[in-house]
Amino acid sequence: MRSTRDAFGEQLLAIGARRPDVFAVDADLSCSTMTAKFAAKYPERFVNVGCAEQDLMGTAAGLAIGGKCVFASTHSSFATGRPWEQIRTTIAHDNLDVKIAATHAGLTNSVDGYTHHSMEDIALMRVIPNMGVVVPADYFEAKAAVDAITDVKGPFFLRLSRTKTPLIFNERYKLDLKKLSPVLESGTDCLVVACGVMVPEAMAAVSELASAGLRCTVLNASVIKPFDRDTLIKLAKACGAVVTAEEHSIIGGLGSQVCEVLCEEYPVLVKRIGLKDRFTSSGSPEELYKAYGLTKMDISNAIRDVVIRKK
Amino acid sequence: MKDLVRIAAETRCEVIEMINRAGSGHPGGSLSATDIMVYLFFKEMDQAKDRFILSKGHAAPVFYSILSRQGKIPKGELQKLRTFGSICQGHPDTMFLPLVTVSSGSLGQGLSVANGLAIALRSDGSGGRVYVIVGDGEIQEGQIWEAAMTAPRYKLDNVCLIVDYNGIQLDGFVKDIKPLEPLVAKWKAFGWNAIPADGHDFKSLRSAFNKAKNKKGMPSVIIAKTVKGKGVSFMENACDFHGKAPDKDQTTCALGEIRGCLE
Repeated sequence: MRSTRDAFGEQLLAIGARRPDVFAVDADLSCSTMTAKFAAKYPERFVNVGCAEQDLMGTAAGLAIGGKCVFASTHSSFATGRPWEQIRTTIAHDNLDVKIAATHAGLTNSVDGYTHHSMEDIALMRVIPNMGVVVPADYFEAKAAVDAITDVKGPFFLRLSRTKTPLIFNERYKLDLKKLSPVLESGTDCLVVACGVMVPEAMAAVSELASAGLRCTVLNASVIKPFDRDTLIKLAKACGAVVTAEEHSIIGGLGSQVCEVLCEEYPVLVKRIGLKDRFTSSGSPEELYKAYGLTKMDISNAIRDVVIRKK
Repeated sequence: MKDLVRIAAETRCEVIEMINRAGSGHPGGSLSATDIMVYLFFKEMDQAKDRFILSKGHAAPVFYSILSRQGKIPKGELQKLRTFGSICQGHPDTMFLPLVTVSSGSLGQGLSVANGLAIALRSDGSGGRVYVIVGDGEIQEGQIWEAAMTAPRYKLDNVCLIVDYNGIQLDGFVKDIKPLEPLVAKWKAFGWNAIPADGHDFKSLRSAFNKAKNKKGMPSVIIAKTVKGKGVSFMENACDFHGKAPDKDQTTCALGEIRGCLE
């Protein structure tokens, strides 16, 4: 079990060594977002703007205009809400090389309560032209994602978790920003499209259902934008029913992205697992996932439901 | 300096004509910023290495007129201000005019961008300076003061901010809506080298920009006192002309007044 924010901190440090044009900007959370390691090693390439997220995005934009590859980092709730307009109007519109590395996404900053939960961030970033959206499923994919988005000039939103989560990949893993791949293929009864911390949950649900005779495929949708429509359509055709799973509102995130593609190209039954349009409470991550219907069990139930209804 | 007076008058005329033709735009804040921008582009900036940010993007017609005078955009484009696909978009836009440093028009963002760019320039040892113009209404935006705290922290003496202090914003007088005074003291308290100047007097601007350039270890801000609608009697200090285009008769009258001052 390791966290994707740790992966980010370590990989940023590694990239800093080989890319002297890489800068990091933080808004008083560097010990939490893990940019502190980069700051200690490369103080001349680190800017801390204090508690000022709008200034964070503007400063990052200016550095990028000056030819730098910039990682702008803070908690996801603060990275995407308050400075949304700065991200849209300056960073994304001008297609600047700013990577918004947002940690503590979803419910992973659980005990702090709704102010620190970030269940709308994918929707907020996905709607902006030019903006890439990447949600790594584990520590190794997060490392690969940092590499992949650094190699492509332009704005990206990298959604990272606070908590340690199960490992799916290994250190040889490379992220293809253009193509999504299944992480588990036991059959075509149902396609489960998941992202982030919900990928291991989906894999566990599908493994358990296999012993009950239901055989499904899990697609790891780590790159939500630009979205690999072809792979989704191909797998949806093969399976005929889809469940999406994300630690995000059911409005505007991965589930919406999947529905947007399928309703235009190959309509099949889709059931979305996600936060059902509500605000959230403090609690342990486990309590929250259970209370808001984001567990392995919720995914299993949804799979059973769509498989019955597709017949 | 005589040249600058003539260039400024011709720029004002062009701006009035552009906004009249477009049927919309911001004559008041364009005319108040004209002398500052003329001084910057024809005296102050080393355009090979310095960078310019028009944070108050609604003064775009002045910027376009200057670019055309410098041969950087075709003169004919000025007539297409605010039309579909034009390089002269309503506010400066990198998508249509790549030589723009950063798109602007949404107020309050230019100073943060200037800070980041200044850090990059310093890191590269380029010696380049970043000049950024904000409106006075614009500095009611909170982000300006976030950025105002960042620049002194990083000792960005290559940032030169100019406040076009014309005293009027869309809804009325700045002093009635959200007063800024004591403005020079505010910037000083934030750690800036704050320099008051007359934004329509080139000698005053020269002295202010020299003081800014000579100050090491801290950013400079020039609080340039200006007149909204400067140069056209019925636009001066008139709230109406913040965001309203002059009609045909008003345009004729305005051009006559501006040209008259040159004779």
